[in-house]
Amino acid sequence: MNKQITRVAGVAMALLVALIVATTYWQTWARPALAERQDNAIQRVAQFEIKRGLILSPSRVLARNREKRVGGRTFYFRRYPQGRLAAHVVGYSTAGRSRTGLERSLNPILTGSARNLSSLVNQSLDKLNGKPITGDTVVTTLDVNGQKTALEALGTTCGAVVALDPRTGRVRVMVSSPSYNPNDVESAYGRIEAIKADCTPASPLLNRASQGLYPPGSTFKVVTASAALDSHKYTTASSFYDPGYCTVYGKRVSNFDTERPFGNLTLATALQYSVNSVFCNIGLKLGAKRILKQAKAFGFYERPPLETPESERLPSGLYKGGRLYDPKRDSNVDAGRMAFGQERLLVTPLQMAMVAGTIGNDGILMRPYVVSKTVTPNGKTRARTKPSKIRRAVSPATARDVGAMMIRAVQAGTGTAAQISGLEIGGKTGTAETGVAGNNTTWFICFAGDPGQKPKLAVAVVLQNQSLTGGATAAPIARQVMQALLTPTANP
Amino acid sequence: MSARNRELLNLGFASLVASAAFASVSIVDTGLVNARWLGYVGVVFGLYLVAHVVARFTVPYADPTLLPLVGLLTALGLTVIYRLGPEDARRQAVWVAVGIGVLVATLIWLRYDYRVLERYKYLFGVSAVVLLLLPSVPGLGERVNGVKLWIKVGPLQFQPGELAKIFLIIFLAGYLRDKREALAQGRLKDLGPLLLIWGAAMLVLVQTSDLGSALLNFGIFLAMIYVATGRALYVAVGLLLFFGGSAALYNSIGRVQQRVTVWLHPWTEERVYCSISGKLDFRQNCDSYQLVKSLYSIANGGFGGTGLGKGTFTTVDGTQLIPYLNTDFVYSAIAQELGLIGAAGMLLVVMVLVARGMRIALIAQDGFSKLLAAGLTFGLALQTFIIVGGVLRVVPLTGITLPFVSYGGSSIVSNFVMLGLLLLISNRAAATAVEQ
Repeated sequence: MNKQITRVAGVAMALLVALIVATTYWQTWARPALAERQDNAIQRVAQFEIKRGLILSPSRVLARNREKRVGGRTFYFRRYPQGRLAAHVVGYSTAGRSRTGLERSLNPILTGSARNLSSLVNQSLDKLNGKPITGDTVVTTLDVNGQKTALEALGTTCGAVVALDPRTGRVRVMVSSPSYNPNDVESAYGRIEAIKADCTPASPLLNRASQGLYPPGSTFKVVTASAALDSHKYTTASSFYDPGYCTVYGKRVSNFDTERPFGNLTLATALQYSVNSVFCNIGLKLGAKRILKQAKAFGFYERPPLETPESERLPSGLYKGGRLYDPKRDSNVDAGRMAFGQERLLVTPLQMAMVAGTIGNDGILMRPYVVSKTVTPNGKTRARTKPSKIRRAVSPATARDVGAMMIRAVQAGTGTAAQISGLEIGGKTGTAETGVAGNNTTWFICFAGDPGQKPKLAVAVVLQNQSLTGGATAAPIARQVMQALLTPTANP
Repeated sequence: MSARNRELLNLGFASLVASAAFASVSIVDTGLVNARWLGYVGVVFGLYLVAHVVARFTVPYADPTLLPLVGLLTALGLTVIYRLGPEDARRQAVWVAVGIGVLVATLIWLRYDYRVLERYKYLFGVSAVVLLLLPSVPGLGERVNGVKLWIKVGPLQFQPGELAKIFLIIFLAGYLRDKREALAQGRLKDLGPLLLIWGAAMLVLVQTSDLGSALLNFGIFLAMIYVATGRALYVAVGLLLFFGGSAALYNSIGRVQQRVTVWLHPWTEERVYCSISGKLDFRQNCDSYQLVKSLYSIANGGFGGTGLGKGTFTTVDGTQLIPYLNTDFVYSAIAQELGLIGAAGMLLVVMVLVARGMRIALIAQDGFSKLLAAGLTFGLALQTFIIVGGVLRVVPLTGITLPFVSYGGSSIVSNFVMLGLLLLISNRAAATAVEQ
C-alpha cells in the first residue's frame, strides 16, 4: 500500500501548494487591479488610515485632513476649506460615496501608492515605526478668487465657466453652477440633494465645465470661419449677400435674432454681427467633413486632456443617439446648419475655451492642465507640469484674421458687453435655441490680453435656460471673470 | 532525545510564536505594551502541557511534531478570532479545552490498542450516515444560510458532519482492509459498495444542499479506496460519477447553481438578478458580495500583511464588511493581517502536518492503521483545500471550517479526535519498530 500512500500524499501536497500559488496570485499579481475597483470597500476604508496629500491652489488650501480616532485607530477624513468654490475640480474622497474629481484621478499620488523605490523604503520604515503613510501634495493652477467671482456671477443660473491661459494651457478657473459643498457629501448628503437652481434636475455634482454637453450655437462660427480661411476659398473681405435666410435642401433657415436682412456684407462683418445665412452658405460650400476636420484640429472628438477623471470629461462633436457620431459622407449631415452651430453638435465649455485660446495663441492648441506640480511630504517637488503643445490647429495667418474679426465683434458687434478698458478682447457670442421659446443656451467665448500682446486668458461661459442672447447674458459674466484675473488689484 | 522531550521542546517553540502573535494583537488593541496576553498564552499552552503529560504515559513513542503543530494552528486561530471579537475567542478557548479533554480521553481509552475500533466498523458506518442525515430530520435540523448542517437540542447546537467524517474514515479503513483483495480484482459485482456510497453521498448532497461536505467525504473515500486497491480506475470512475451526479443535480439545487455562477463570474458589468433581494444589482454587491469582499481583504494584505490587529474588516463606523469572518472566511482575515508570508506559513504548517500524517501511514504495520492514518490525513488536506480554495476562488466556495483555525466547537472537537487517532497510530508503529 505504501506506493499508493506516497501518491495520495503527493496529491494532498499538490492541493496545498495550489493554495499557496493562488494566495500569491491575489496578493501580488491581482492586487493593483482589485485595489482600483470602486466597490472595494476595504481599500476605501484602509485608505482613510493614510494621511492623504493636500490639494492646494497657488494661494489657498483646497483639501486637507482632519484626524479622528475610532476604536483605537486613526483615520484621516477630508475637509475642504474652500467649500463649494473648487468642488468640481477637486472632487471629494469619502468612505461612503467613494471619490470624484482630482481626489479620484490622482488617488495614487495623494495616497503615496504611486511610488518609486526610495519612497517604498521610506514607507516601510514609517510602517514599522507606526507612523501613518503620507501621500504627496498636489498643487493646482486654480485661482480661488477667480472661481469665487465666476460662481457669484453665475448665481442660481445653471452653467459653467472655464478660463485658461492660452499660451500654456494652465486652467485658472473651472466652475460649474450650481456647485455643492464637498464637506456635505459624507455627513449631509440630503443638503446636496436639496440644492435648487434655474434648471431641473439641478445636478450639482455634475461638472458642467467638462461633462456638460451643450449646442454651441454661433460660437461654432469661429470653427467654421477658421475652416473657411484655411481653405483659401475665402478671405475676411469675401463678400456675401444676406437675404435674411439661407436655403438648405429647399427650406429656408432664417437668421436668429433679426428679420432684418443685412444685404451686401463681408465675412468680417458677418462674424461681427453673427449672421447665420453667411455661415450657412460657407458650410454648404465647404461641406461638413471639411468643417469637422477643422473642429478635430481644435480637439473635438477626443476627451480634452486634463488631470480630472476620464469619466468626468466628455468629447465634443456631433452626437447621434447619445453617442459621438463621425459622419462618413458630407451628405450625412446638414452642413449649412452645422456651420452656425446647430445640427446635432454638442460641446463642452472646456472645449470652447480651448477653441478661443487657440485663436488667441496664433493657432497653436496647448494641452490644458490643472495640476502645476506634486510635492513630497518632505517638501521636495516630485513632478512639475511643463506646458506642452497638442498641435497647430490653424495657420498663424488664419488665427490672426479670425482673432481680428472676434476683436471687432467685441469692439462693435454682438459682444460689446465684454469690453474692459485697457484690454484687447476678442470674443464670439452664441445663442442656441433649445426648441422652447425663451429657453436658450447662451454662450460667450473670448480671449483677452494687453493690446498688441499675446492674449493671456481665454474664457468660455455657458448658461442654460436663458431668454436673452449670449451677448446680453454670458458676455458680462466673462467680463467679470476677466477683470478678476487680469486686473492687478483684484489679483495680487 | 526521546520523542516526548522533543515534543516538549517543539511546544516551547510554538508557544513563543503564539506569544508574539498575542502580544501584537494586544498591543494594537490597547495601544499599550502590557502583559495581559500572557494569561491567554498560559491557559492555552497549559492545556497543551496537560495533553503532553498524558501523551507521555499513553503514547510515549508517538510522533513529536503533531501536538506542537496543532498547537500552533489553534493558537493562530485563537489570535485572529480574538482580534475579530474577544467574546468569540473566549468561547473558542473553552472549545479548545473541551477538544483537548476529548483528546486525552481518546488517548487513555484506546491506549492499549486502538484497533478495537475495527470491530465496530459497521456501527461507525451507520452512525456516520445517520449523523450526516440528522440535520434534515424535521424539528431537529436547523437551516443556516440555506445549508442544513446543524442540529439543535435545547440550547446546544452541533454540526454532526464534522464527527461523521471521522466515523466514515474509521468505517472505510475497516471495510476496505477486509475487502481490498476482492476490490482490487475489479470485478463488476464488487463495485456495489462503491455505487452505494456514491448514492449516499448524492443523497446527503440533496438533503443538505451542502456541496462542500459531500465533496470532502467523497474525496476521502476515493483516496482511501485508491490506497486500498491501487486502482486509479476507481478514482476516475468515482470522480466521473460524482461530477456527473452533481451536474445532473446542478439544475435542481439552486444553491449549487448559484455557488458555481458566483465562482465563475463574481463581478458583473451590468445589473443582474440578485437572489438575495430579488432585484437587479451588480453581482459583486449581491450574490458574490462575500467572496469579492474576502478577495479584497486578501489582496489588501499584500506581501507582508497589514500586521496583526491592523487589518481592515469594518467600515469607519464599525460595521462588519465580511460576514462569517471567523468561520468560513478566517483565511481572508489571516491573509490580510499576516500577508503572503503569514498565510503561506500557515499553509506550510498544514503541509508539515499532512506530511507527518502520511509518514505515519507509511510506517504503520497493518492495513487498518495505514488506511486510517492516510484517510484522516488526506481529509485534513482536502478540507483545507476546499475551504481555502473556495475563499481564493480556486473552487466554488462552500462553507466548511478550516481545521483547528476556524471558530466552531464541533470542528475543533472532531479534529482533536483525529489528532488522537494519529498519535495512537504513530505510537504503535514506532513502538513496534523499537521492539524489533
